[in-house]
Amino acid sequence: MSTAAVKQSPLTGWIAGLVLAILFVLSLFTGVDELPFGRVLSDGRGIELVLVSRLPRTLAAILAGASLAIAGLIMQTLARNRYVEPSTAGTAQSAELGILLVTLLWPAANLLTKGLIASAAALIGTSLFLATAHRLPPTQPFLVPLFGLVYGGVIGAAVTFVAWQADLLQYLSIWTNGDFSGVLRGRYELLWLGALMVVFAWFIADRLTIMTLGRDASIGLGIDYRRMLQLGLVIVSVISALSVVIVGVIPFVGLVVPNIVSRLMGDNLRGTLPAVAASGAVLVLGCDILGRLIRHPYEVPVGTVMGCVGGLIFLWLLFRRPSDV
Amino acid sequence: MIRIENVSLRHGSAEILHDISLTIPKGGITALIGPNGAGKSSLLSLIARLQPLQSGTISIDGFPVDTTPNRDLARIIAILRQDSIVASRLRVRELVGFSRFPHSRGRLTAEDRVVIDQSLQQFDLADLADRFIDTLSGGQRQRALVAMAFAQATDYLLLDEPLNNLDMYFARDLMRSLRRIADENGKTVVIVLHDINQAGAYADRIIAMKAGRIAADGSPAELLRPEILQAIFGFRMEVADMGGTPVVLHFR
Repeated sequence: MSTAAVKQSPLTGWIAGLVLAILFVLSLFTGVDELPFGRVLSDGRGIELVLVSRLPRTLAAILAGASLAIAGLIMQTLARNRYVEPSTAGTAQSAELGILLVTLLWPAANLLTKGLIASAAALIGTSLFLATAHRLPPTQPFLVPLFGLVYGGVIGAAVTFVAWQADLLQYLSIWTNGDFSGVLRGRYELLWLGALMVVFAWFIADRLTIMTLGRDASIGLGIDYRRMLQLGLVIVSVISALSVVIVGVIPFVGLVVPNIVSRLMGDNLRGTLPAVAASGAVLVLGCDILGRLIRHPYEVPVGTVMGCVGGLIFLWLLFRRPSDV
Repeated sequence: MIRIENVSLRHGSAEILHDISLTIPKGGITALIGPNGAGKSSLLSLIARLQPLQSGTISIDGFPVDTTPNRDLARIIAILRQDSIVASRLRVRELVGFSRFPHSRGRLTAEDRVVIDQSLQQFDLADLADRFIDTLSGGQRQRALVAMAFAQATDYLLLDEPLNNLDMYFARDLMRSLRRIADENGKTVVIVLHDINQAGAYADRIIAMKAGRIAADGSPAELLRPEILQAIFGFRMEVADMGGTPVVLHFR
């Protein structure tokens, strides 16, 4: 088993990369408007379609998927619990609350401002979650995700209440259910900031891995545990908030992808981070393509598709090895 | 030298440590013994700056533990906590490798690899090096954690009940390894032990704690006596002499 696992490691990453490349091409040619392969270069309108809509949409799905998977991984590292992710532990809901408040109080704010304020709100919400999660007994690993669900639910309810009072309920669904159909050139570029966060996470990968050993082991190895917690919180908050602002909540990516990669490759983040990012991109882009095909020429939002696909994968993970908490 | 001066610790109204002053010179094995709740683990985690000092001072080789940068201390002192749980799926070699972080900041050098291999050899882990921690038995996992503390290669090594989960063979093996690094490499080992006979056989000095205070302090021959042990543990036990090594018959 041991040698097989070692050999398997780089392979998982390569497979994810290859599948991603195939999906990338597929995504450029999937949509309402027919776009035969040969017409892309010969026809000016074809190039225009690709550059303005299909390419930005594809890149947005890749960026969102990769960064959300990494955000989930870091969230699990910070909470020292495999069953939390930003969309089920109050981070995404706090970001929604942030955007909603900006929209109410400062309707003219641009995307960057909204993104920043949503990130700040997510940071506060996630810090509160972690402060409580660290007080829960480590012998009860399911308390943390349960608390996260309740906590996220309470904030989500507050968001709905405020939106209802302000007659913004319809507007709200833009953020609560992820959808790439509105992504055009000039409307998704902030997601590159999420990619930047992924690169940053890769630089501190060793420290993050040591943090999974716990506070005492981290301090014993000379790591500034508090500072790393704060850094991790910023990464998680910025990634989640930006993807909520640009495309809306995409559930389960941060939960299932890191868990699957951990099973296959272990938890040494220096080695697994690229595979987690690539697999997250594959999952989200794949679900988006699926959503475009299911009832062509109409679309099913990626948030809905992911809710089904991600939920099934998660159940499979839970039932396959229930003892492996 | 570890110098502890007037250290007290409270959790709410409970007094965990009461005005402890203690000097542990460089080199040799010092065993901390005492009943549950005596404050041994708390003292160890204060020395290793895992808890903030409330009063008093602790310094290691002249570096105060509360003001010296964490990174620098990690090259002087290593600690293995009693309740270390490794929930991450890391391979044994990776886990032991992370102990080199204070030295190489994540990029393993050739020297790091030598130290890691030595440590794996020393604790009979070479065959398990590529196994995930969560597939090991309790004793194997404990050995991996001890190997990790070893590979940090600090002058001071603090171990909190490292014999937990180890069978007789590996318990003896670990104590002999500790003796060897103390004698040959001049390391200073401070170890919390529940098995006082291991302390009697391998330690140079035994410090007995009770209710947050130091109850007795001396060589194994001075300390392992029926009247002293009764005062610490609360029941009478005979002590036999096996060729110069005191053996406490605590089970009778």
